[in-house]
Amino acid sequence: MKPTHLFQAEQLVAGYENKTVIHGVDLAIPSHQISVMIGANGCGKSTLLKTLARLIKPTSGNITLDGKPLAKIPPKPLARILGLLPQSPIVPEGITVADLVGRGRFPHQSLFGGWTKKDYEAVAEAMRIMNITEYANYHIDELSGGQRQRVWIAMALAQQTDILFLDEPTTFLDITYQVEILDLLTDLNRQQGTTIVMVLHDINLSARYADHIFALHQGKLVAEGKPEEVITSERVKDIFGLDCTVIKDPVSGSPLVVPKGRYHLNDAYVSIP
Amino acid sequence: MRDQSLEFIMAGRRQRRRRWIVVTSLLAVLAIALCCAMLLLGNTIYPVKEVIRALSGEQLKGVSFAVNTIRLPRMLAGLFAGFAFGIAGYTFQTMLRNPLANPNVIGITSGSSAAAVFSIVVLHASETFVSIASVIAGLVTVTIIYLLSRGRAFSIGRLILIGIGLQAMLDAVISYLLLVGAQQDIPAALRWLTGSLNGSQLRELPPLVVAVLVFAPVIIMLGKHLDLLELGEQSASSLGVATDRTRIILILSSVFMLAIATATTGPIAFVSFLAGPIARRLTGAGFSNVIPAGLVGVNLVLAADLIGQFAFEYRFPVGVITGLLGAPYLIFLLIQMNRKGEL
Repeated sequence: MKPTHLFQAEQLVAGYENKTVIHGVDLAIPSHQISVMIGANGCGKSTLLKTLARLIKPTSGNITLDGKPLAKIPPKPLARILGLLPQSPIVPEGITVADLVGRGRFPHQSLFGGWTKKDYEAVAEAMRIMNITEYANYHIDELSGGQRQRVWIAMALAQQTDILFLDEPTTFLDITYQVEILDLLTDLNRQQGTTIVMVLHDINLSARYADHIFALHQGKLVAEGKPEEVITSERVKDIFGLDCTVIKDPVSGSPLVVPKGRYHLNDAYVSIP
Repeated sequence: MRDQSLEFIMAGRRQRRRRWIVVTSLLAVLAIALCCAMLLLGNTIYPVKEVIRALSGEQLKGVSFAVNTIRLPRMLAGLFAGFAFGIAGYTFQTMLRNPLANPNVIGITSGSSAAAVFSIVVLHASETFVSIASVIAGLVTVTIIYLLSRGRAFSIGRLILIGIGLQAMLDAVISYLLLVGAQQDIPAALRWLTGSLNGSQLRELPPLVVAVLVFAPVIIMLGKHLDLLELGEQSASSLGVATDRTRIILILSSVFMLAIATATTGPIAFVSFLAGPIARRLTGAGFSNVIPAGLVGVNLVLAADLIGQFAFEYRFPVGVITGLLGAPYLIFLLIQMNRKGEL
């Protein structure tokens, strides 16, 4: 089981050159759980994730890991605790799957020298978890989108961090692959105790897979907690501006958002208790 | 099952490593062979024994002059400049993730050349001054390209287009300076148009040798960092690379080497542009290609110089030959990128 970490942000303000996106967020990431950030396009969820992962320098406020300011931790030691899979990583030309997964070992390696036994084991394990061992010697460009995404996650897994951030790991994937990836991440969380924080677009998949939801609206954290506490029709109306009915997902028991539209307003069909 | 998959991954990786070692060794052997050829071939072909005796300091009539004064400096200039061009080109291409993002294409080399020509033709400056001026001009060019391409959102496509434009302007400056320059400076200054090893002299070489010995190891040491920068800013950063600092070190080291090499041999066309992609084609992408790219650079320069000297009725400077090799590849790349919609 991975060690417990205290990861906190206080009065966090962040954004880009002359545009503040995050307006004062306080949060604590629950250790050993799957947290999902939800919110409408442009609400700042991705910016918040990147700021927490130190890719964006906060304008003001504090981020601390186990009581230490994040900015004071040197990059390599930090990369052994905290990893991030960006939304659209760039594929280098002509690299094989195993070599790319192996690049995740960087924070554990010295400047020179090849892979150690530990590196090989970490790569093999990450590839086993993501079911891509058979593709080890393929070139990345030979794989499909879903397979590629598993390779990137395997690279993040090979990093063997205690906390893993993922920025929309299921975008551009078919629903089958979305569920598969989220199942694999849940395995990782349940079996190894990896703390997972991700941004997801699909609110229903978020409700199903999250232990903890952070709901963002216009750069502020407006609600957090268990999915059934956070996802209500009023809140969906507030943060997405969407009229909907929230029912119980018949498969997982989690809240299921059923949107209404101008052509589909009838409540008669959603009377499932 | 577990051991099997581990074994499978290790076997594949070992095989790729073997390929890297074999290719790199072959490149090194070829480079050494070309260096020897540079010393042995010329108007008169002297016996190997005499060449070695001349090199070890014995005064042999005719041989000593040909080998020590003409061929050795020429070979050393090609060797070090080729290594510098190869590594610097590869560094830029990998860091910016685009083969076109190359000092030769985006005007950095031209910036250094323009400064060198200005120092020679207008200021009649010393070699040290020329080296310093080229380095500063190279750095200024990088800064200008960066500032102009920053805009609202940084894009590599824009950086390349701005660089190409800047390159055209700087080349015009060089042509102008050569036109207005004094007649007696023109032969020497012509080197700045095409790049040539003709007339290389031993006393010109120390800055280049020092620059390569200092900065090439820096870039070689940062090979793994460079590979991660290729995955993009965010991946590199979350894998523990101090991206800003690493990038600055890499740019400074490359521009120093490149500018001093350019000040010594002139801009040998397309070597820095071709070396990286060729090295990667040969070795794959699993291991750092900094050293292979440097060796490909050496081989390109020396082979092109030998071809230029001996293959035709007239002697052509090395830059003409590398230009003939590089231009078609540039066109090919542009067509390919246009098709993929990357430009």
